[in-house]
Amino acid sequence: MREMTYTNAAREGLAEEMALDPTIFVVGEGIGERGGNFNTTLGLYEQYGPERLRDTPIAERGFVGMCTGAAMTGTRPVVDFMFLDFILDALGELINQTAKIQYMSSGRLKMPITLRGCIGIGGSAATHHSGNYYPIFAHLPGFRVVIPTTPYDAKGLLKTAIRSDDPVLFLEHKSLLNTKGAVPEEEYFIPFGEARVRRTGSDVSVVAVASMVNKALEAAEKLADEGISVEVIDPRTIAPLDMNTILESVHKTGRLLVVDEDYAPCGIGAEIATQMMEQGFDDLDAPVRRMNAAFAPVPYSQPLETALVPNVETIATAIRNLRAE
Amino acid sequence: MTLDIASPERTAIAPDAAHALYREMLRIRRCEEQLVRSYAQGLIPGACHTYIGEEAVATGVCAHLRPDDTVLSTHRGHGHALAKGVPAREVIAELFGRATGCSQGRGGSMHLFKPEVGMLGTSGIVGPSILMATGAGYSFKLTRTDRVSVVFFGDGAVNNGAFHEGINMAAIWNLPVIFVCENNMYATEVAFASVARNTNVAERGYVYGLPGIAVDGNDVAAVYTAAGEAVRRARAGEGPTLLECRTYRTRAHSEGMRDVGYRTKEEVDEWKRRDPIESYRTRLIADELATDDDLRGIEDEIAAVIAEALDFATHSPWPDAATATAHVYSTT
Repeated sequence: MREMTYTNAAREGLAEEMALDPTIFVVGEGIGERGGNFNTTLGLYEQYGPERLRDTPIAERGFVGMCTGAAMTGTRPVVDFMFLDFILDALGELINQTAKIQYMSSGRLKMPITLRGCIGIGGSAATHHSGNYYPIFAHLPGFRVVIPTTPYDAKGLLKTAIRSDDPVLFLEHKSLLNTKGAVPEEEYFIPFGEARVRRTGSDVSVVAVASMVNKALEAAEKLADEGISVEVIDPRTIAPLDMNTILESVHKTGRLLVVDEDYAPCGIGAEIATQMMEQGFDDLDAPVRRMNAAFAPVPYSQPLETALVPNVETIATAIRNLRAE
Repeated sequence: MTLDIASPERTAIAPDAAHALYREMLRIRRCEEQLVRSYAQGLIPGACHTYIGEEAVATGVCAHLRPDDTVLSTHRGHGHALAKGVPAREVIAELFGRATGCSQGRGGSMHLFKPEVGMLGTSGIVGPSILMATGAGYSFKLTRTDRVSVVFFGDGAVNNGAFHEGINMAAIWNLPVIFVCENNMYATEVAFASVARNTNVAERGYVYGLPGIAVDGNDVAAVYTAAGEAVRRARAGEGPTLLECRTYRTRAHSEGMRDVGYRTKEEVDEWKRRDPIESYRTRLIADELATDDDLRGIEDEIAAVIAEALDFATHSPWPDAATATAHVYSTT
């Protein structure tokens, strides 16, 4: 099978959908002729022109509200935030309008809007370009939250997101953009709410989100040499969350660690741990453990930045400790 | 282009159209008066923001719209919903919280939805409707239709960032949007003059590169004439217009609220004397566009419509509690 990067796979998914549906348009800063800061739309402007690859003023609140109105009236906007941090200027629109219009209209209006942006800590991107923020959206009724970690998933989930009539957050961790993986030539879609077991194991279950998936896989590989068998689960979408795959895994292993680059309080780990307790308490041989970024804004200098985030060593240690509990 | 409010040209309005304007203003007024009574009787569990005194604006603008054109509006949106084609029975039923309300009991006074007639929602938040209407305009342009998008908002919205961002986008992309500012001089109870150095909203159009027009918002003929040109421009692909309608809310911000301390009784009385419906009635007879009998006929007709609407709402079922979590997503 051919190999391609995460970014190219996602862009191919976008291009395929735009070719099929003339009501799809992309808005963002520098996504027109320039092709996007992260090459998300490279080459598409030449095909579709400024109406469908719309460079905007730096007015996130404005163009999110505008795209909300567009989605209500028969078109399918894709909002490209570049860095997801910029979405915060539009939270009022997203939370009060985008997420609620379908409900308020009793399902008579649809909200087919894709909200994509790069997340994550790394590369000295510093405080205003390193956010994750996904628990905010997973907390609220109305949103779908998608966090692909492979090129295959990025393409299949983006196509599903664009075809969804719900508002979908499509979040791309910056450290994954240039990673390569197999992507089939033929068309495919990945449904929301289906986790993927990335590595099977029998001693400890690890649920990892975004860039933490690859780090958890590395840690699992290392621990295999020590005779510890780790199962690694990538939820792929956190809203909806495929809890069944996690429950089945813990039924087998009895132990669960959630590794998440975002902050711990009220986060995805807290949610998974609670659901685990509610639905699978008797399967647990030890308390559910969490690993998260330290509770601080993201600093610039490398020693400071590195100190914030779980790494292969600290994840491996957490797994060893959990197994010993 | 900024036109002054002083001398709106009187365009000839045919008798049928004039009667329709009178009928629609009266339908809004009588529906609102019924809601006031029902609120006092405890039949409306939430807020009730009436449009009394401002009827000429929604009426004069919506008279030009087709069912496939869209309207977004404010927390003071009963009049906009009615003028866009929502039956009075569905507005009253909605405020009563009934399943037959236009939002099926999910909305109340501030969230009136009926997409079937192009009513895309009134809003409890000041500002966002301006942006969503801009987006509707984007859809209409992208899909090569001649539909137009209208948004109503108050003076309270024009110092909100949404006004700046929305109008700017509509201007740069030449979108078919009509921005209708109902300048009633108060944002809830904050005087516009105390939060804007320049209280001429129409003048702001120039800044963004689109026409800004100010009219007497209590003169339905003036609103009708100005809106007609704005809608024509939008349909013809000539772009957005900012239309400032100067008007006044003669009741409290919301029913049951204390209405003192920010405006004088004299000011309220002065605006009551400029009632848009009474003054239009006088003018129709003076201009020989209608007889007193014609207008009494319309008044009887509207009284019957509102009586039926009240009866419908009163006897409507409550929503099924099992549907409280339906429609959060498009699919389950």
